[in-house]
Amino acid sequence: MSKKPFFNNLKCRECGRLYEKEAIHICEFDFGPLEAAYDYDAIRSVLTRELIESRPQTMWRYRELLPIDGEPTVGTQVGFTPLVKADRLAKALGIRELWIKNDSVNYPTLSFKDRVVSVALSRARELGFEVVACASTGNLANSVAANAANAGLKSYVLIPSNLEQGKVLGSLVYGTNVIGIKGPYDQVNRLCSEIAGKYGWGFVNVNLRPYYAEGSKTMGFEIAEQLGWKLPRHTVACMASGSLLTKIHKAYKEFIDLGIVEQSDFTIHGAQASGCSPISTAFKAGSEMVKPVQNPDTIAKSLAIGTPADGYYAIRSMKETGGSCEDCSDEEIVEGIKLLAETTGIFAETAGGVTVACAKKLIETGKIPKDESAVLCITGHGLKTQEAIIGKVGEPRVIGASLREFEALVADEVNVKS
Amino acid sequence: MPTVRIPTPLRKLTNNHEEVVASGATLGAVLDELNATFPGLGERIVDENGVIRRFVNIFVNDEDVRFLQEKETPIKEADVISIVPAIAGG
Repeated sequence: MSKKPFFNNLKCRECGRLYEKEAIHICEFDFGPLEAAYDYDAIRSVLTRELIESRPQTMWRYRELLPIDGEPTVGTQVGFTPLVKADRLAKALGIRELWIKNDSVNYPTLSFKDRVVSVALSRARELGFEVVACASTGNLANSVAANAANAGLKSYVLIPSNLEQGKVLGSLVYGTNVIGIKGPYDQVNRLCSEIAGKYGWGFVNVNLRPYYAEGSKTMGFEIAEQLGWKLPRHTVACMASGSLLTKIHKAYKEFIDLGIVEQSDFTIHGAQASGCSPISTAFKAGSEMVKPVQNPDTIAKSLAIGTPADGYYAIRSMKETGGSCEDCSDEEIVEGIKLLAETTGIFAETAGGVTVACAKKLIETGKIPKDESAVLCITGHGLKTQEAIIGKVGEPRVIGASLREFEALVADEVNVKS
Repeated sequence: MPTVRIPTPLRKLTNNHEEVVASGATLGAVLDELNATFPGLGERIVDENGVIRRFVNIFVNDEDVRFLQEKETPIKEADVISIVPAIAGG
């Protein structure tokens, strides 16, 4: 790969001040988030569809657009998850064409967080960190723990103490240090913000956030490539902090600016759970002021962030692209999980249920016109949030190992071949 | 006097102190005194209209002041005020 520097600085998203590419995440002057700044002219001169296609099918095939200096050293196998054409779900939702970007099978920890962690930990190594950490609603903790284990980095993951069993075990197994915090995620966040300032740790979503956040762009790059180097007309993404949605937007814009895809109309829609919907509430009220939710209450725990750091930017992305925002109840989340599973064979976690349930509303209300095409971003695997559907998807019917008993059981359901 | 916890990016302005003290009956008054002691600190936290900046979270004893009375939040002697930047999801 080229030795030219493509990634030069961090830049305040609010005031544009430039900073050195260190382990810092906010502007000293206005607290605006710092973002990676690239030399797009240098990238344009080397990056082509052909070059990308010649590389291994991982998220690192878009390496020039990711903020590290050298070659990636953590998570080199991450990404390039399937984009699945979902004809049966399209029919169920009454839309002409529907695709599922299936990050529930992302490697190695079955959520889109492997994308962000791969970048954050590769950068953490470049910056010399030996201990890495995160504040997490579960998926990020799993990914930090697993990728740090593989890289030989010591890790601490801080999570709300009431998370799903699958997400807790899915961190503990890697030998990380799991610390449960009494209180909602926003309290975990606040504590981590203070810890990050005190210890010399690389907190992937605090002082490494500018690097971390860019990893989400690869979901957008892959969608465009997998559609045959075209942007989807509509994209639906779930929102916790709102970062993923804004980065998918950025990915599409970068591909247009670099001439990797042709300019075309695209619209990005956001999905939240009604039990914690600060972004959706502000959007529906026509406001850019995101009022925090003090006590989130939803089965979609991975989306239960009451103070979404990128809520403001997510609203701007949705407005700029003509998008909409929806939210849904716990019952609708479970129905969304079941509908996705029964029509596509994909088992999503609760956040995926949110995406499907909100997409259904967006289609029903014409926000996504029925004669157009949409991509739904499914961000995590259902095995991690089994509690949400226990008792809601039926039970096995138990019989003895007897042909007679079996035949009695299915007599009304099937015809026996004679 | 109330204690104010200063986030890393602002410590250049507080001679690297991570905790400082400042008096005042309300959060706004405490911020004003902080700005008098450490010139320039105030404008980092509130914008030109006197409103707490979009990306700044301020907590009084672990409670977000947006759930209290923002700058009018009453402050007591033993209170701990934390200034915390917004951080990304997880």
